[in-house]
Amino acid sequence: MKDFKRISVRHLAKRFGEKFAVDDFSIEFGKEEFVTFLGPSGCGKSTALNCITGLIPITSGEIYIDDECIDDGRLSVPPEKREFGMVFQNYALFPHLTVRENIAFGLKLRKHAKSEVERRVAEALRLVHLEGYAGKFPAQMSGGEQQRVAIARCIVLEPRLLLLDEPLSNLDAKLRVELRHELKALHERLKVTTIYVTHDQTEALALSDRIVVLKLGRIQQVGSPQAVFSDPANPFVADFVGYKNGWRGKIEALGESGGKLMARVRTRGGLLEARLSYPEGDPRRSSLVDAYEAGKPVVSAIRPDDIVVGSGGGSNVFQCRAALVEYQGRACHVSASLVGLAGSGAGGLEERVDLRTTAGIAEDESFVASVHPDKVLFFALAEGAPEGAP
Amino acid sequence: MKGSSGNGAALLLIPAIAFIVLLFLYPFGYGLFTSLTLADGSFSLANYGRFFSDARDLRTIGVTLGIALPVTLLAVGMAVPLSYHMRRGVPGEKLITFFLIVPVTLGTVLVSEGMLSFMGPNGWLNQLILALRLADKPIRFTHNYAGVAISVGLQGFPYAFLMLLGYISGINPDLEKASRMLGANNWQTFWKVLFPLMVPGIAIAFCLNFVMAFSVFPSAVLLGQPSGPQRVIALAAYQWAFEKFNFNAAAAISMIMAAIELLVIAIVLGWRSKMYKGASIVGKG
Repeated sequence: MKDFKRISVRHLAKRFGEKFAVDDFSIEFGKEEFVTFLGPSGCGKSTALNCITGLIPITSGEIYIDDECIDDGRLSVPPEKREFGMVFQNYALFPHLTVRENIAFGLKLRKHAKSEVERRVAEALRLVHLEGYAGKFPAQMSGGEQQRVAIARCIVLEPRLLLLDEPLSNLDAKLRVELRHELKALHERLKVTTIYVTHDQTEALALSDRIVVLKLGRIQQVGSPQAVFSDPANPFVADFVGYKNGWRGKIEALGESGGKLMARVRTRGGLLEARLSYPEGDPRRSSLVDAYEAGKPVVSAIRPDDIVVGSGGGSNVFQCRAALVEYQGRACHVSASLVGLAGSGAGGLEERVDLRTTAGIAEDESFVASVHPDKVLFFALAEGAPEGAP
Repeated sequence: MKGSSGNGAALLLIPAIAFIVLLFLYPFGYGLFTSLTLADGSFSLANYGRFFSDARDLRTIGVTLGIALPVTLLAVGMAVPLSYHMRRGVPGEKLITFFLIVPVTLGTVLVSEGMLSFMGPNGWLNQLILALRLADKPIRFTHNYAGVAISVGLQGFPYAFLMLLGYISGINPDLEKASRMLGANNWQTFWKVLFPLMVPGIAIAFCLNFVMAFSVFPSAVLLGQPSGPQRVIALAAYQWAFEKFNFNAAAAISMIMAAIELLVIAIVLGWRSKMYKGASIVGKG
């Protein structure tokens, strides 16, 4: 394997017809890093991945490994020369070859000695816990086993970069978790630089060193799992990592206290208070200030888990009526109509509250819920954002 | 087969069985029987003996194989790269497919008649060749081997192509990507991944094409020299049946035709199973 320090993707764009599937995509990652592209279907994450492999020609931008340019839209190193490995959602094992032949495929192309091929295939099989499967055909194996063969087929070549395109999406829930653990262990052991594409936030949070959140071909946020999970950059990221309760409103008061931004926002349900820990210079902070000064709308984001039944959760107390109660094992997810924030008079009934609670709440039951101002996020709404979008 | 539902399901097989018995097994059995009897009804191998000792008849095997094998190989050999290039669809695919199907739908006789005038010594093709000074006298495309081969090829190629196109576009495109990512270039990917997966399709296309070509009849009569170099085996059978009214001899010839076709099919299928070991257990691509 040719050694390297950094892989950088600069202003990568891919256009299909008139539409940009990926636009202004820039990211740099270091050796041994595990980076995840996270986003809903159609966000361009797989396209970005395929552009990096060279399987899809890029429209513009550059890809560098240290100082070596492997793609600039005109001159492109073909995928077979990039020394990358790729794992596919549907495994893409060669059905006419045995497990052994599948794993040896790349080694044979590189003209390694027979004994070397055998040794490395055996080692790769051991690494993915498939000793004894060498003579089987892919169709004789389960999905999880097939995907492990696909992983072995890549890592046996010691790729500079390993790319995984929704590798767990075709597996059932239990296997998915098992193989996820194995992937994590494998990365910790081999330290292969990895790009992982998924729409599943749990996978992204569990595996990644860094997460790149994508929407409509554009990067929304790049950050550690902790940052993306608890400090989302915008309403889209917030929604994608599990925030709900996007209520629109106008800021009535904005002030600073102990380095935090205090906001009082008039929503349709009433007044909502937030203590925002957006640091100085954060675009979220300046855009809120702009929205306050211009009287433009803002939108809230609160995790369902952070809303507490009863008035003990914090100073934002509201009256609700449960509309839908969904049993989820540990807790119930309750969708309720917001009757009004306490002490704020009658609010609109259209606003919806989403919360998770272990308190037994029946449908149509009226109850009081509350949320601490620390747990409430506010974002300025982008110009022309559609009504109802978080 | 126990229980009423099993019996009920078995009843559904009757039309298919009746069809096979009436249209295949009975005529085949009748033909076999006829070939093993003489005109007076006595059993004899004389019809076969006569064929193999008649040099003029025996030649027809070589003549027909000489047309059918190269033409089939060429048709399938051209269909493989063409279907490979069209596996992800190309602009104008419908038009290309249309022009390939036309000769099949028009039938051999019409195509052969067309070829006679189009490719004949005074036809447009030769006038073009002369006008472009590609040759100083008309090239013979009709009433010879070339005429028969072109006509048989025109009829067979579309079948081979459409069948292989269906086959190759059904192969999971990620297999090609996977192969590239493992270090194979396009050429290696074709030979190590796509071709082995196409082998079953190639084998079937070859067999069907070969059987069609081996029973060539109208093309040979219209575009060849049916009395001499292009006296194909089907023509020999026809002449014995309808010119000499010896149905027993004709039946023997058709049995020999069937035996040769089966032999070639057996060889091709043997090659297929050697090339594609995983075939029996791999259902999904």
